[in-house]
Amino acid sequence: MFEHYLSLFVRAVFVENMALAFFLGMCTFIAISKKIQTAIGLGVAVIVVLTITVPVNNLILHNLLEPGALAWTGVDALANLDLRFLGLLSYIGVIAAIVQILEMTLDKYVPSLYNALGIFLPLITVNCAIMGASLFMVERDYTFGESVVYGIGAGTGWALAITLLAGIREKLKYSDVPDGLKGLGITFITVGLMSLGFMSFSGVQL
Amino acid sequence: MAEKTKDILFGPIFDNNPIALQILGICSALAVTSNLSTTVTMCIALTAVTAFSNLFVSMIRNTIPSSIRMIVQMVIIASLVIVVDQFLRAYAYSISKQLSVFVGLIITNCIVMGRVEAYAMKNPPLPSFMDGVGNGLGYSFILLCLGFIRELLGAGSLFGHQVLPKIADGGWYNTNGLLLLPPSAFFLIGLLIWGIRTWKKDQVEEDTFKIKANTRVSDAF
Repeated sequence: MFEHYLSLFVRAVFVENMALAFFLGMCTFIAISKKIQTAIGLGVAVIVVLTITVPVNNLILHNLLEPGALAWTGVDALANLDLRFLGLLSYIGVIAAIVQILEMTLDKYVPSLYNALGIFLPLITVNCAIMGASLFMVERDYTFGESVVYGIGAGTGWALAITLLAGIREKLKYSDVPDGLKGLGITFITVGLMSLGFMSFSGVQL
Repeated sequence: MAEKTKDILFGPIFDNNPIALQILGICSALAVTSNLSTTVTMCIALTAVTAFSNLFVSMIRNTIPSSIRMIVQMVIIASLVIVVDQFLRAYAYSISKQLSVFVGLIITNCIVMGRVEAYAMKNPPLPSFMDGVGNGLGYSFILLCLGFIRELLGAGSLFGHQVLPKIADGGWYNTNGLLLLPPSAFFLIGLLIWGIRTWKKDQVEEDTFKIKANTRVSDAF
């Protein structure tokens, strides 16, 4: 059992890296990777949010949306309802609500972390990596336990990737790049090379 | 007026491209371009969602309280995406399977949200609709370029029809497998940006600081 979870975790971090294998959360990934400090802050925020939202969306799917999921209400008409078409709307709602709650909780109880994360928390709502992880969880039929592990793993992988890219970009400032490639262009090519590197993990099996 | 509509519609293709200049909507742009049929489906889906979400948000822009505008926008976008998703499942099931989560991810696609927030909240419905179509076209332009190159050189085919006969089938074309893998999309998009910026010089980014040239021997003494 433990091995199964470990293998799922390693796969989520390296083999199926959110940013470098599925291109999720690319907009923030490229836009907010100029400094290592901010990149780490954003990475931590993504890990926290993913760890909470994926399992919660898993519970919603299994207890509210799936056919037969509403059987606990005891009403026949509800028991046969298939509400999966409402999935997208409920997942994005859950994500927006959880980010908001997290923001208020941190503001009240852990102000230091709240200040460190700053504007990144609200931005996370529209980060495709968060939504993507929930959708992958649905597509692959993860159980509750698996979805917790997958949430942590996917977040860690994304945080790792953005920190690495920020490290490279800090050094890249000092290099002489052709005019048209400056900034965005060279960043894309760098990410391409990193993605190529991460592909070598694809044979890893535990 | 006609001139202005044209600007709104075609400006985003080269002058203010959502992907190459505004860094919006890259997430889904890369993953669906390994063959042309999924690319075209994705382009149509995104253009439709952007245009209609702009239209609807712009219609009710004066009645949305600013404190909950994000939620309202999200609900409108999510409902449109659900329509697109259900439509694809009903009429193009195999393509919908290949696109997997990326149809759902149109919700979090920054182009849609970005245009709604930046344009539709301030402008009347018709120009907003045009702006949505325009940005959809800008996105489609980049995606179609990528899809064309990747499928033609990677698999020797276009829309699944064999164009270049492969060596494996007795032809002459040796397929380049790298172009079907994820990293190639990054290289191609980087090169495309290079191309656009060489043509449109004003898009080149400023240096954060100048690098001093190497000292010549004659200057050193």
